[in-house]
Amino acid sequence: MTRRQRRMVLVLVLIGGVGIAAALTLEAFRNNLLYFISPSEVVAGKAPPGRAFRLGGMVEKGSVKRAKGSLKVQFVLTDFAHSVPVVYSGILPDLFREGQGVVTSGHMGPHGVFVATEVLAKHDAKYMPPEVADALKQAKRTTTSQVGAKP
Amino acid sequence: MIPELGHYALILALCITLVQVVLPIIGAARGDVRWMSVARPAAVGQFVFVAVAYACLTYAFITDDFSVAYVAQNSNSALPLIYRISGVWGAHEGSLLLWTLILSTWTLAVAVFSRTLTLAFVARVLGIMGFISVGFLLFMLLTSDPFSRLLPAALEGQDLNPLLQDPGLAIHPPMLYMGYVGFSVAFSFAMAALLGGQLDSAWARWSRPWTTVAWTFLTLGITLGSWWAYNELGWGGWWFWDPVENASFMPWLVGTALIHSLSVTEKRGAFKTWTVLLALFAFALSLLGTFLVRSGVLTSVHAFATDPARGMYVLIFLGIVVGGSLILYAWRAPRVRSTGDFKLLSRETLLLCNNIILVVAAASVLLGTLYPLILDALNLGKISVGPPYFSAIFIPLMVILLILLGIGPAARWKQNSGRWLFGRLLTSAVLSVLIAAGALLVLRERSSIMVLLSILLAAWVVVTTVINLYGRYSPELGLSRSIRRTPRGFFGMTMAHLGVAVFTLGVAFSGAFSTEQDVGLAPGQSYDLSGYQFRFEGVKQVPGPNYIASQASVQVLREGQLISTLSPQKRIYPVRQMAMTEAAVDVGMFRDLYVALGEDLGNGHWSFRLYYKPFVRWIWGGALFMVMGGILAASDRRYRLAVRREATANRYLPEGVS
Repeated sequence: MTRRQRRMVLVLVLIGGVGIAAALTLEAFRNNLLYFISPSEVVAGKAPPGRAFRLGGMVEKGSVKRAKGSLKVQFVLTDFAHSVPVVYSGILPDLFREGQGVVTSGHMGPHGVFVATEVLAKHDAKYMPPEVADALKQAKRTTTSQVGAKP
Repeated sequence: MIPELGHYALILALCITLVQVVLPIIGAARGDVRWMSVARPAAVGQFVFVAVAYACLTYAFITDDFSVAYVAQNSNSALPLIYRISGVWGAHEGSLLLWTLILSTWTLAVAVFSRTLTLAFVARVLGIMGFISVGFLLFMLLTSDPFSRLLPAALEGQDLNPLLQDPGLAIHPPMLYMGYVGFSVAFSFAMAALLGGQLDSAWARWSRPWTTVAWTFLTLGITLGSWWAYNELGWGGWWFWDPVENASFMPWLVGTALIHSLSVTEKRGAFKTWTVLLALFAFALSLLGTFLVRSGVLTSVHAFATDPARGMYVLIFLGIVVGGSLILYAWRAPRVRSTGDFKLLSRETLLLCNNIILVVAAASVLLGTLYPLILDALNLGKISVGPPYFSAIFIPLMVILLILLGIGPAARWKQNSGRWLFGRLLTSAVLSVLIAAGALLVLRERSSIMVLLSILLAAWVVVTTVINLYGRYSPELGLSRSIRRTPRGFFGMTMAHLGVAVFTLGVAFSGAFSTEQDVGLAPGQSYDLSGYQFRFEGVKQVPGPNYIASQASVQVLREGQLISTLSPQKRIYPVRQMAMTEAAVDVGMFRDLYVALGEDLGNGHWSFRLYYKPFVRWIWGGALFMVMGGILAASDRRYRLAVRREATANRYLPEGVS
């Protein structure tokens, strides 16, 4: 092989390799995206059926219920326009508290209950997860505009 | 008074650094020796004043000066001394000051240990490092002054974020920053070489030890961060693909590619422009990492600073540095000619493949980290990319990388006959397959494809590495002279590559054989996990210096024998009203037993998270092997010898000629 041909082979191998890698990457990417969805969107039926997603909102005051001595816990996530009941089995994070923002991931179960497999609370007491803050703002805007639209 | 001194010192440092940028770079362009000679003293001056500022802030922390806003937000009179010292970098402003201090330390090191380089080259390197420093000093003075006063002064501080009150985290940021900032040296060397049009193997030889040292620190920093997350977050995991972890991992991947490509540039004179590009990207990703963490754009445990002005500043600065250096690259790089010619089957090609894999890995991490941010910024919805994405990409890439890792060091530079290489590797291949088969016999039904694959690959890496090591032994010379004849860099490579094998086994085994269980237990009750019996004895209240802890006592038994008594805690930090889990771990070479205390379930029941984690230590152990390899390689004598020889040669050149 001449120097030129060698270089061509090298370039082709490179392009092929990078192409395959890019295809695999995008495929993996597409399959593993988790959408963030607010309680209002869940109530409006925008939750992807049978797919995992992330649900975030404020933990409604007085909604956390735990069977004595059991790891099963249920609570309600709200964006103050709509709310969604959530069930979870396991240990809640240190910063999980009523009246605070959390992000959960899981999927919709029967009867409009969200089955969480993971609960994330942020690690700074002053800090609100940005998605939750946005979702709250969004929900507030819709409620006020609905109120305003009424005669 | 002291805080004002610190602030003043920062301003003085900025002025000196401006001089360090302007005069030497213009001087180097005009060949003016007096202007170029300003670089070294200016670097010393910059270091002194940044160090003074840093000392002032530390003093304010130690003396509980709550009239300084930053101290009031991040300290407390009950905080133990070590966390007051580490609290300096506990939040945004102070960690920037630490960044700048480390940058000026690296600058000082270059100024001191560069006696052998030409003056023009040193002037350019220090000028470019000074430019980066100016960016950070301005950032601090304009948007995030650590010394701004609080009027009226607070009576008591708001305490350091409890998450950061851990010895692992106290040293994690300085190590990480040493690595991040260390890549600025490789970057400045590359840019100075482009400016001077002097991109030769001597440049690669100068860059190599510096880059290796930076890479070593970065490796250590990431390892400490991972170990801290394991201990402190109570999730029992060692890596979460959290955006901030990714931010430190991307420069590591590119940095690893860089230290390999530098070896080709040094030894064979090939890949010159590619090496420059890697040096550029390694540093750009370090800056991006700083931006991602510090601007608060990430939904992450680390995002403690949320200020758009700051994010904007770093973004613009990043744009100037990356854009400017890319323009310089586009302008100068086409003139560079790579000299070393090589055939398709050669060590050069194999190292090129290593580079491609590492860069593709870094790019896919970048995609997974930035895509959600971009989508969010464009209001196209909020998504997150989870660990499955990263596993799907990393596992195949790393399999190829590990296979190549066995072949590369065995291959010769320039060209190989395929048959010779095959013959050389055949024994290793057979041996590794035999080892994997042996493992299958031992593990039987417990084995899985991933476990066997990891054993096969680790065996391949170990066998090929050991055979290469044995190849350095020559019976005529005897053992001790064979060792002395072998460069230390070779031992460094051997060590780091063995570390990769150890790490692989740790990841695969802890992933495949770990068991975990969330349980609710009453005092006296026990739970069996993987042959270990965890017995809950009871909970008592324990006061700490700045917290109150509920401490459980859990006995771990195996076949009735007491192995260890673990005391996991749930701490409440009253100042911040924060709860923190302090997991208890019984550490072992082959397994960790890990207990995290959950919450009071009522009726005396408490929830626990129990883990049995085999081989998890091997993950950090492998990383420490890599660190030791880095230290060995950076201390190779031949860098000092070769540099000295060149210095003698350079002495006869008129100053400023490059």
